[in-house]
Order: sequence, then C-alpha cells, then structure tokens
Amino acid sequence: MTPKDIAALLDEPACAHNHKAKSGCARPKPGATAGGCAFDGAQIALLPIADVAHIVHGPIGCAGSSWGNRGTRSSGPRIYRIGMTTDLTEQDVIMGRGEKRLFHSIKQALDGYAPAAVFVYNTCVPALIGDDIEAVCKAAAQKWGVPVVPVDAAGFYGTKNLGNRLAGEAMVKYVAGTREPDPLPPGTERPGIRVHDINLIGEYNIAGELWHMLPLLDELGLRVLCTLSGDARYREVQTLHRAEVNMMVCSKAMINVARRLEQSFGTPWFEGSFYGVGDVSQALRDFARLLGDPDLSARTEALIAREEARLHAELAPWRARLRGRKVLLYTGGVKSWSVIAALQDLGMQVMATGTRKSTEEDKARIRELMGEDARMIDDGNPRALLDRVREYGVDILIAGGRNMYTALKARVPFLDINQEREFGYAGYAGMRELAKQLALTIESPVWGAVRRPAPWALPRRGQAHG
Amino acid sequence: MAEILKRSKALSVSPLKASQSLGAALAFLGFQRAIPMLHGSQGCTAFGKVFFVRHFREPIPLQTSAMDQVSSIMGADANVVEGLNILCSKSQPALVGVPTTGLAETQGADIQRVLKQFRRQHPEHAAIPVVGVSTPDFSGCLESGYATATRAIIDALVPAAAATGTFPGRRPRQVNVLVGSFLTPGDLEELKEIIESFGLRPLVLPDLSDSLDGHLTDSDFSPLTIGGTPVSELAILGNAMATLVIGPSMVAAADLLHRRTGVPEHRFEHLLGLDAVDALVHTLHRISGEPVPERLERQRAQLQDAMLDTHFMLGLSRIALAGDPDLLNALSHFLAGVGAETVAAVAPANAPVLARVAAQQVKIGDLEDLELRAREVGAELVIGNAHAVETARRLGLPILRAGFPQYDLLGGYQRTWIGYRGSRHTLFELANLLLQLGRGEIPPYRSLYKPDYVETAHESGTAAQGAGRRH
Repeated sequence: MTPKDIAALLDEPACAHNHKAKSGCARPKPGATAGGCAFDGAQIALLPIADVAHIVHGPIGCAGSSWGNRGTRSSGPRIYRIGMTTDLTEQDVIMGRGEKRLFHSIKQALDGYAPAAVFVYNTCVPALIGDDIEAVCKAAAQKWGVPVVPVDAAGFYGTKNLGNRLAGEAMVKYVAGTREPDPLPPGTERPGIRVHDINLIGEYNIAGELWHMLPLLDELGLRVLCTLSGDARYREVQTLHRAEVNMMVCSKAMINVARRLEQSFGTPWFEGSFYGVGDVSQALRDFARLLGDPDLSARTEALIAREEARLHAELAPWRARLRGRKVLLYTGGVKSWSVIAALQDLGMQVMATGTRKSTEEDKARIRELMGEDARMIDDGNPRALLDRVREYGVDILIAGGRNMYTALKARVPFLDINQEREFGYAGYAGMRELAKQLALTIESPVWGAVRRPAPWALPRRGQAHG
Repeated sequence: MAEILKRSKALSVSPLKASQSLGAALAFLGFQRAIPMLHGSQGCTAFGKVFFVRHFREPIPLQTSAMDQVSSIMGADANVVEGLNILCSKSQPALVGVPTTGLAETQGADIQRVLKQFRRQHPEHAAIPVVGVSTPDFSGCLESGYATATRAIIDALVPAAAATGTFPGRRPRQVNVLVGSFLTPGDLEELKEIIESFGLRPLVLPDLSDSLDGHLTDSDFSPLTIGGTPVSELAILGNAMATLVIGPSMVAAADLLHRRTGVPEHRFEHLLGLDAVDALVHTLHRISGEPVPERLERQRAQLQDAMLDTHFMLGLSRIALAGDPDLLNALSHFLAGVGAETVAAVAPANAPVLARVAAQQVKIGDLEDLELRAREVGAELVIGNAHAVETARRLGLPILRAGFPQYDLLGGYQRTWIGYRGSRHTLFELANLLLQLGRGEIPPYRSLYKPDYVETAHESGTAAQGAGRRH
C-alpha cells in the first residue's frame, strides 16, 4: 500500500467528515488515543465472512491478542472462528523468510480446513520489512486454485476506521464481480411479489442480530445478496456488484464500498440503522423508495404497521419501568443517533451523547432528536465520562465494552453497546432485548449494596446522641 | 411473604426429602468420639450410612438397635439397652445418640424411659452420656432432625448456670456458635476463621468441620467420630461472651441454651451475601472490640466487585431452587440480592422460615414439583441436590449442587458458600453456568432465497442446540 493509496482512502469523497473543516480521518494523537489500528479495523470488517480462512501475517501480537473475541455469529461454517497467524519469529524477520512461511501457511490452511477462500491480513512487521503479500497471494491462488485475497492494512497505516475502508477496498478490488448471483431457487416465487436483490454493507451480525431482520426482508421479497460481512460466505461477496440497492448499515466505516459500487455499477445506496423502532421502519421504507416498486411500498407499510403494533404492546411493561430514566450515551459516530432514537422510544431521557467519531451530519441528526441544546461529549477519557455521569445524575452509562469495568468500579450501571456484546439489539425484536437488558442493570439491587458503607464504618448512633 | 403451597398429591416422585432420623444422626456426628445408634430396623441405619458415606466420602460411625419382627411387635426396649451396652463396653464413646425412627415411634417406643432403664441396668456406663431424641421420619426433614437432636444434646449436657457457677463473659474470648444443618464443613471452617480473626475462640456445635471435613488421621480405624465438638466443652458453654446462632431451624435449641446459660445471643438467618456477612462481621466487631481485619475489608470489596461483574448474567435470571427450609431461605435472599428471581421453590417439609423465602410461593413437595414448576415458569438454572441433576437434565438446564446428598460431586460436601469469599465464589459459579446457556442467542436464520447452503450435521446440530436453549 503506497502513501498515495492511503491518502486517497483518507480523502473519502462520500464521507461527510470531508465537508467540514477537518479533512478526512483525523490522525491518531500519541499519548491520547484509545482506538484500534488499521489492521484491527480490517480484520473486524471481514472476519465475519464465515467460510474463509483468515490468516494474519505477522508476529503473534496482532492475532494473538485479538482472535476469538468478537460477538459475530454464523449460521453455518465456523472456519472464521479459528485463529490463524504466521506467528513470525525473529529468524523469519532477520532472514526474510516471512513470505515463504506465509506461502506454506496458506497451503496448510487449505489442507487443514478446506476454506472457500483465504484472506491474508498484512501487519506492521512484514509491511516494514517489505514482504510482498500480494505476490504471495497471487502465486498461492494460481498454484492451488483457491482464491487468496491480500488485505493490506498494516497497523501503522492509520486508524481502525481506515482499516475498515482498506478491507472494503480489497473486497471491491479482488472479490466483487467474480461471480454472478444464483438464479432464484425454485419454489420461492410468490405470486405478486417481485424479488429485489440488495446488499447490507457494514452489518456484522453481532450476537446474531441480523437474524432479527432477515425474516422481515424475506417476507418483503428482498433477497440479501451479500452482507458485508455478517454471516456472509465468500461466494456471496463475489456477487456484491449485482444488488439493486445497497444499505450502509449504521456505519460510515465502509462508505467507500458503497461509493465504489455506485461509481462502477450505478447501484444507489442509502444510510440507515436497524436500531430503534423508527429507524428500522425507515430503513425498510428506504428500500422500497429506492427500488421504486409501489407494490413493495404497500407491503412494506403493512409489515411496519403490524410489527410496530406488536412491539408497542410488548414494550409497554418495559416502558413503564424505564420511563424518565436518564442515560449518558458514549458510542462511536453513527450509533450515537441511532441509539438515541431507540432509547427515546423507551421513554428514556438521553442527557448527553458522545460525538468523538460523529460527522457534522450525525451531529445534526442528534440535534434533531435531542433538541438544539443537546450536550455532546468529544472527550472520551474515563475520568471525564464519570464526571459527566455525576454531573447529570444519570441512571445508566451506555458505552463500549472497554469502558465497562471503569463504570463498574465507579459503581455506575452500564450497558455494553459495542461489537463484543452478547446480545443483539437490532430490529424490532432487538428492542425487546435492549429494554430487558436496560431494566436488568438499572433495577439491579447490587447498586445499593455496593454503594452502602460497611455497617461498622457508620458513626455510632448512640455516641452521636451522647 | 411467600405463599406456602401444601403437598397436594399422593405420590412423591423424585423425593427431595432426607429423613429426620438422618438429620439427628448427623448432629451427633458433629461431636468428638461420638456414635449415633438409630432406634429402628437395621435398614434405617444401612441406608443412612450409605447416604452419608457417599455424600462425605468418609467412613461413618452409625449403629442400629436392629429391631426385627418379634421386637417390633413385642417391644424393642431390650434392643436399645443391649445395643447401648455393647457400644459403651466396646468403644467407650464420649457421646451416644439414639435418634428414633418411624418404626420405633409407631410401635410406641418411649425413648427417654428406655434410657432410664439402661441407666438402671448398666450403672457401669454412668459416665457415658446417652442422648435420646424422638425423630420419626414421618414428619420433618433432615434439617428438623438435626435441630431437634442438637436441642436434645443441649438439654442433656448443658447445665444451668446456677447449678455449676458458670457466668457469661467469664471466658471473654469464647464465642459459642450454634449452627444449622445447611452449613457445610467448609462453611464452618470459614466461619471459624472469620471469628478467630477477631481474636475470639469459637466453640462450634455441632462441629462437622472437625469430624467430617475429610482429613487423614494417624490411627487406621475408629468406630467413633474422629473429631467434632469435645463433649466436655458443653459444660462450659455458660462462660462464653456471646452465642451466635446461624439458621432459623436452630431457634428452639438457641432458646434452651440461652435459658440455661444466660449468655447473650446474636441470631443470623444465614451468612450468604454482602448484607448477611456484614451483619456477622459487625457483630464480631462489637463483641470483640477489635477493628475489622484488613483481610476481611478486602474480601468485602472483592465481593462487591464480583456482584457488579456478575449482575449482568444474574439480573432477571430465573432460578429453580430446591432444598431444606433454611437453605432455601438463604439462597433465595442471596439470589434476590443480586437481582435474580427464584421462580420455583420447593422444600421437603414446612417450617416457619418458608414464609420469609424471597419467592412468590414455596411448594412443599418433591423434585417432580420443582420440575413441573420450573418448566411452567421458564426457569434457567436449577439449584438442588444430586437427585436434581436428572431434573435439570430433563429440563435442559444447568445445575448448581447444594444440600444433601451430593453423590456425584467430589468435594461438594466441603464447598464454602458463606462469608465474603464463599459468596463471591458462588456468584462466579452461577454467572458462569448462566453464560453457558447462551441466553440472548438469536437462533440462526438462513434466507429462503439461499437454500443451497446445506450445513454439515455437526454444525447445524450445534446451532440447533443453541436455539433450543434460547430464553
């Protein structure tokens, strides 16, 4: 990856970050950075592709401390859950044996696990010593007849966000367009329903939450050609180019994929979210709108009416328990507004939200939801977060897993909203789970127990009264 | 306030109850050089012996009056006298217990009168204390038998203060600890350690942690218990600074001890969870005048941290609970303290404490009742004895073993539940069991437009299992 390529990716024309003073993605600041690296971002973006062997080419630090800790689910193959790395040694680095080791590693993965394809992730050390992973991948693919895709996103290239884009770029460059979609399987035609092909880009099937949405899409006759990348298969990614509409799910991370597909294949795209009743319904409407199918629109409205009515009834008892509770939300970019809507649906009061990764457009939506004087938090350091929690007297902090134990140490109720979490909150069904988890922690008796001082630490009443 | 649902069916299926007679025998096993002799047929003892041998994985001294068909009809007093004479002559025990069984009570045995007869006939054994206790297995359960026997031991062997000149506080470091059957040997060890950390000397009765804690001794065989509360200590209980009473079932024994000795007492329902242990530690702090040791403060903070870490799993979790009344009460409050709900609760016999159980209702019944109720209300985890393992299997739920018996788990008898440390360990274990459930897992869904992805049997099997268990 040359500096020119990286600069091009940083200067993502479709990204709203570029419409304001800041130019593209901000550079990480030494001593004050908490986010992941480009490799992290690339791996996160593609790892959910379930039938692929994901080989991390580098010393153990890269794969060793990152494999197997994602909440993404597969409905079938589990190869993606097997950690694979070339685990480079000092000798490999000094003697330049990295490429050879990688070549043999690919063979071993093919022999041992028969994956549909192999993805090779570059990391800092081989990038620095100049391993040509693209050439190795090409040679391996030719020799063994299985696709081997280089994902060149070494950590020092930049942030996690950049890594997402590099990964998306690799999919568009090497995989998309290498196969045509299957014809519709016999027996799936339903009278009056025209099937449309769509992609969900940036949907990772965390805790299986995609499965909350898929039945609804099936019902409407929307065939998901490919999710990038939750519960995806390699052969689905190959057909990425044939969708009629792309949805950017809840994330700007792979916006370049949508833009490239639009440029090359004219596929329209929209940005939406599956969190919160309003957003789920809106996403379904947007599909119908962009597909220009009036019959689909009508069926979509009927489905929305049915699902919303059912959910409304189901949420009633939870709403009663959660109404008026105060929330401090600290999540990345897009999630800040999509989750606000979900919380407001539950009658909760969002006191402030994190906007460190939000674009101006995101912030505008936040103001729309929370009012003009919405409080936004740019500084995500734990001390500052806890100060806000106290200042606003919030009932619960909703943030990423890395902040969880900070909150618990400060005896503050907490809900994990990031990719490591164990519960799916997407779709109408996800709202029920969200409400349950919120009530579970907010109403837990442990908070009182851990805040109360030990009985022997209390002043003795008898003495006080003399 | 729990609603008590009385037994409502003829047949007990997968019984939860262990008999009163066994509970009484267990209490005697907590004294040094003791041996219980069940007054009943030899089967009563044989079954009881196996029950305890398998639970504790220890040899258990337990004898029988061996009633046969003739003595069952014509009177079995002679069996008791003969049995006691043999036990006393052969092994010079420090204490012999004679719990009665259903057979003896139905026959109309008056155990106290028989003991007087034994004393008359065998004055040579006058120095050996023999305590009879009426514990037919047609009422109560293990817990009540244990409590009744302990009360009987106090009645027989603790003299009134006026008679012997004991007075409270004469031994200012001594603390009597009267403990219910729901404390394991491991619990008692922990309790003693906590008390000792305040510079106090605990005198536990009965002390199973000294007799049935599973330790090797130098001698190869003993017909009697190889540890436990020294019987001689019973005479000086009246000199203690305070008496701690653990478990509502011990109330009658505690009342009697207090009447006899006048030692001020402190009662605790249980010692599970932050509040309960706080109450104990606070009491010890006041009794001893010593500061709370750093180590306990640290353990307290560790428990608090564990409560936070585990509340995500335990909160709103639905627990099916089966056990003797004190244990049921203790666990239900412990669970409620971390936001878990006891949705099914079954006790083998009624007791006043059941009204205070933290559950909507408590069923007096068996493990079938537990199973039906657990299925009906969608429980997620079972807590019960070894027999409940099958219950849990049929329900497809994980189980945490608690109570008697625990045949299938080494060290189950020794597990420490109480104190800050024990509570923390239990929280972790419960949370881990709940994690295995994969609650919140969303069943995999394949689009109807992609039927070509036929997964291998192994993979789809795994997925289906996860889906089936979904709450």
